[in-house]
Amino acid sequence: MAEAEQVVKPKPRPIIRIGLFLISHSLFVSVICCTAGIVALLLLPALAKNTYISENALMPGSASPMLSKNDASEGHNFVNGILNLDSETTKTGIEIPELIAKHIVELGGEVNYHKFQPVSNKFHPLHFFLGPDAGVIQENYSCSSYGINTVGIIRAPRGDGKEAIVMVTPYNSVKITTGQALSLGAAYSVFSLLSRVTWLAKDIIWLAADSKHGEYAAVAAWLRDYNTLSFGDLNLYPEMCGVSTSASRKKSQVKQDTISDGFRRAGTMAAALVIKVADTSTEFEKDVLNIYAEASNGQMPNLDLINVVNYLAVHGQGLQVRVEKIWSLLDSWWLNSLGELIELLGKVATSLNPQGRFGIPVADYVEGSVTLASSLYNQALGVPTGPHGAFRDYQVDAITMEISPKFYSTERVLFLLRVGRLVEGVIRSVNNLLEKFHQSFFLYLLTSPNRFVSVGVYMIAFALLIAPLPLVAAALFSDASKTKLGKDKVPLKPAPHGESIPTFTSWKWLYAAKTVLVVHLWGAVVTLLPNFLYQIPNSSPSTNLLIWIPLSMLSLFFTYVLSGSFSFFSTSQPQRREWALLKSVTVAAAFIGLCLMSVINFATAEIGALLLVPMCLTAVPLRHDLKVNTMRALIRGACNMLLVFVGFPPIAFLLLKGASDGFGNVRFGDFWNWAETLWAWNSATYIYICMVHLPCWVLCIHTLLHQC
Amino acid sequence: MHPFSKGSDQMSRFKSAFLCFFLLFSASESLSSCQDIVRVSEEFTEALLLRPLPDRKVLAHFHFQSTAPPSRTYGRHHHLFPKSIYQLVHKFKVREMELSFTQGSWNYERWGGYDPISNSNAKPPGVELWADFDVPQHQVEDSWKNLTHALSGLFCASINFLEQSTSYSAPQWSFQSFSGKLRYGTLPREAVCTENLTPWLKLLPCRDKAGLSSLMDRPSIYRSYYHSQRLHLRSDEFDTSKTSTGIVLEQTLTVVLQPNTFSGKISQPSWSLSSLFGRKVGGKCSLSNSSNVYVQFEQSLVSKVKELREKMESSKNEILIHEGLENNPLFELSLPPKRIIKEVENLKKDGSILYEFSVEDYDESELFDLGLSWKVPVFWSCQQAPLHISRFLLGSGNERGAIAISMKSTESNNVEKAGHDDKECWLRVGIFQVVPWYVKVYYHTLEVFLDGESQHTVDNVEKIHVSPSEDKVSPGVMEIILRLPCSVSTAALTLEFDKGFLHIDEYPPDANQGFDIPSAVVRFNNFLTNISFDDNSVKRVPILSKLEENIPVLSYTEVLLVPLTTPDFSMPYNVITITCTVFALYFGSLLNALRRRVGEEERLLRDKAAKKMGPLMLMLSKLSAKLRRKQWEPPKPSSSQKSVINYKLILKVLLVAGIAFAWQYYFQ
Repeated sequence: MAEAEQVVKPKPRPIIRIGLFLISHSLFVSVICCTAGIVALLLLPALAKNTYISENALMPGSASPMLSKNDASEGHNFVNGILNLDSETTKTGIEIPELIAKHIVELGGEVNYHKFQPVSNKFHPLHFFLGPDAGVIQENYSCSSYGINTVGIIRAPRGDGKEAIVMVTPYNSVKITTGQALSLGAAYSVFSLLSRVTWLAKDIIWLAADSKHGEYAAVAAWLRDYNTLSFGDLNLYPEMCGVSTSASRKKSQVKQDTISDGFRRAGTMAAALVIKVADTSTEFEKDVLNIYAEASNGQMPNLDLINVVNYLAVHGQGLQVRVEKIWSLLDSWWLNSLGELIELLGKVATSLNPQGRFGIPVADYVEGSVTLASSLYNQALGVPTGPHGAFRDYQVDAITMEISPKFYSTERVLFLLRVGRLVEGVIRSVNNLLEKFHQSFFLYLLTSPNRFVSVGVYMIAFALLIAPLPLVAAALFSDASKTKLGKDKVPLKPAPHGESIPTFTSWKWLYAAKTVLVVHLWGAVVTLLPNFLYQIPNSSPSTNLLIWIPLSMLSLFFTYVLSGSFSFFSTSQPQRREWALLKSVTVAAAFIGLCLMSVINFATAEIGALLLVPMCLTAVPLRHDLKVNTMRALIRGACNMLLVFVGFPPIAFLLLKGASDGFGNVRFGDFWNWAETLWAWNSATYIYICMVHLPCWVLCIHTLLHQC
Repeated sequence: MHPFSKGSDQMSRFKSAFLCFFLLFSASESLSSCQDIVRVSEEFTEALLLRPLPDRKVLAHFHFQSTAPPSRTYGRHHHLFPKSIYQLVHKFKVREMELSFTQGSWNYERWGGYDPISNSNAKPPGVELWADFDVPQHQVEDSWKNLTHALSGLFCASINFLEQSTSYSAPQWSFQSFSGKLRYGTLPREAVCTENLTPWLKLLPCRDKAGLSSLMDRPSIYRSYYHSQRLHLRSDEFDTSKTSTGIVLEQTLTVVLQPNTFSGKISQPSWSLSSLFGRKVGGKCSLSNSSNVYVQFEQSLVSKVKELREKMESSKNEILIHEGLENNPLFELSLPPKRIIKEVENLKKDGSILYEFSVEDYDESELFDLGLSWKVPVFWSCQQAPLHISRFLLGSGNERGAIAISMKSTESNNVEKAGHDDKECWLRVGIFQVVPWYVKVYYHTLEVFLDGESQHTVDNVEKIHVSPSEDKVSPGVMEIILRLPCSVSTAALTLEFDKGFLHIDEYPPDANQGFDIPSAVVRFNNFLTNISFDDNSVKRVPILSKLEENIPVLSYTEVLLVPLTTPDFSMPYNVITITCTVFALYFGSLLNALRRRVGEEERLLRDKAAKKMGPLMLMLSKLSAKLRRKQWEPPKPSSSQKSVINYKLILKVLLVAGIAFAWQYYFQ
């Protein structure tokens, strides 16, 4: 008996034994886990649950809409007024704000203009993870470059003014489109209704955002001033570039409240709705409502807000609700066949257990996975998909509702009525809330407007993907230690226990750790390089990228030389098995990086894990493969080459873009542009790519090229 | 001097006649000489003041006043004065007290912030209570706590929450009283409804059965834009001096209503009492001494009228001598007023005008229904306080933030009135701010901005008193007097704070709403407001004499809502599970380490090897052996047997799984 013969060895405890067992079978375990992780990811659309309204206080649709045809036709007149203004020749850029302000004053609301300057999108390496910056550099802008937001506020009767609901309609003051005018009209008709109703408990803010410098910039500028002691609080806008004269003119005309009397506020925001009307009419038989919800760094608004909008749009107004999809994937054969397979499996499962419903039709599956992929990609990108993203930075739940009308010129009143009633219903629901949104999910992926995957489910796929990393790291480490102990004798299986390793070899891993650390530091240097590239005037994206890559390589070379610990070229006998330790530390670093990223932005970590985990796990020196010269080793080498090729961020990006848009449209500079958007929006994905993915990729190459 | 014996004779004959008589002359008489003879009686008066507001709304201000003569001379039995209030005053030795229930916030910009009515009746949302006691210093806290409980029962409100030391404060000098016996507390989240109005009405001798209070139709009142019911109590019962007037109970209800007329979007709506309240007045409350309805037109409106009249005169070339109602070009009142009371005009502006109507002549057969209709669209603005105050939160996130109070000059010419110094004109602004302890304000971060520039704080602060909050014991109180130059157009004051953590049982039921910072009180020192009338007879009407009193100009800021970090209350299960797991792991490993003896284990192993094991134990030990060190174990003769046993085991497991599956399949 085993126990009888080796009595000197104390019996390890069961938990350690399981750990040792897993470590000793790390190859098998990692293959199983990775496969399971990918399968779980593919199964997510089938595991999606139907959404439900979690907060009872919302009560969407329990009150019949009060918005009448009168309000809608008033809104229509308003739209016509704006469009007429636009067709007039003389323009100072403030006719539309003036018109809106005049109407709001007539409704009994409070108005102020908010003047803002566009903030240039500069790369601030230190501004990652910091809140929206308060200090805006005051530069000299000409009058025409100022954007002018118009802010109207209705105070709730008997309300205590503590909370507010925000309604945002972006429009371009230079050239307003019909869609933008319609969104203003819808907001106006809702506003005029809300100025009369008695049920209001929260104040209503209507922000007509001047999107001359971009929709997001206008909303973000207003929010920044709302949450700081802004210029409007401190100075009473001495000159408004034409507004001041017109404001005084208005004072004499209407003789009510002064309009531009500093900055007006209305308490803590409960929720915000961005209303947009798309210009292009679509081919669908109904009006279509597109919901955009992703904010910066993959933050989502509370699911209840989406639920309310979806419920009211579908059941109240009969709109077709959609969230973003990746259209090019919709017809892919593999997704369809996968869907068929899952449908088949679902049928089998249902026949075995009629109560459980596992099945999902092919069409639903394909639709769901296409939406899920888009949801995952948008969250991973960390760039907000609309002006609602600015609100999330201040912990306000917000979504963008983009409505594509079917009929355009005709039946505008009906369209305004429908949109107005939808907005009214949502506002009424939010108005019912006693507490802020907290009941439903914040971490979720949408597979359709009414189906979602919650964090508890999608975590499984990620956890399965990264589970092999620590196991492999431990296995490699103990393997390498064992080798040191037994000199040239190379056992197939590593020692299961670390206690027997002499102390002098256990420090070997420090060299590897040093290498990994140095490469990660190099990653930080690469992160900061674009800051200097910005100093180069008039450079095209592709030249920038072309400078960035060699500069990075140069700095890598310098880092190697400076650290002086090792190089590719000098090989001494003790360093022959060094690669195992290096790979072990690399894998551990990748694990830590992915785990950290999953906390910050889960979707980035998930996509990153898909690329990084196979690459890190398979990396074995190519010479080693060549030496062994078996079929298996050759395949492994080829796999390694392929994974490393795909794992290089620009190539991965260009391949993805090529796959979605067709390879004809892909240009080399696209990656630079993409990276630029990432740092302009303070996306953590940029940090992840430069400081986790890229160093691990370099280390994998290092392992591949290792001499042994 | 008038012979007092004659007066008492009159009273014995005809009580009400005496009252008028007494009131007429009491002002000119020295009270000290008469107090031994005059037998003053209880009084009750009611009045309603209506005022059109610039934003197409109407302010209705009900005013009821009950007085009880001092019990030293009058005794303890009352006919009119509410017994509960009398007992309250005597039990807790209240010198002065004010309790207000408010819903909605007063719009200082539109409804005015300078006139006496808005200054005394614009109150912060929820409940505000302050009381000044006539007890020794060490008994003040007890009196306050008892008083809150008594009021809580009396008014069906959760005023008893003001009992906790975290919710009230003792202002040093922000209120009139410097005695240090004044306590102040607010409940910003108290919902005010008819259950609070009913007990308040019970204090009136006629309740809402007769008189002006019969207008108080609950739906119309609670549909209003702002309503505030107030109870103000003043007693000098405990004064030892002889000039005591007893207890004066003043009850007011201020409502801002929107007349239900569709008169377009620009013009002022015409209204009547019946359209505002849905009711008419059927005569006065027979117990009241006077029952009047006033319609007030503000000075800027009056000057509008004058302008308009002059225009008409010049256009029509005719001179209208009589400034009566008939030829008013702006509005028309449906009933002829009993009299017109004018404010004393000063050089700069016209005074406001009050039209007085008496309800006494009306009864059930002829209901009183006053109406006002506008002839021409008109715009005017209310008289503003020198600065418009707004308070808001700065910053985002759950960690820290800042409170900012911004003050904007309203460009009203009141400022010049109060500039005392000829050389330097200063505007003194007193701010009284109470902050709950979980909002940890750093008072050293106080920063003052004048016209957009940060100022040295010391230069602009005349006086400051800060008592920092103590966790779970007392709120932070800041009293400050800012000295601003009169020419200032904007001023701002910021205070940074950290958001604290609460214990799990300190969260209110709706914790996710956020936490309220009560309104700050901003007082414009040196500014006093009143309406002085040139008619001396107004002295006997309490509401008018109230308007004539000089009261300080003050405004309340908004209530702020601070979102604090809130635990997920719906997940106690998770918390319990995690805690238990951590504990189990910790104690498990600890116990294991403590009781483990290596030598003993080895001996046991040897024993076990020596013993013959049962088949199941053998199997398990084989399996564990396989789990443990399969890789380097040299092949043994028993290995083939082991693998056979393992196959058996797998077979058994499969069998059990199959049975379970079949069971599941057939019985579901």
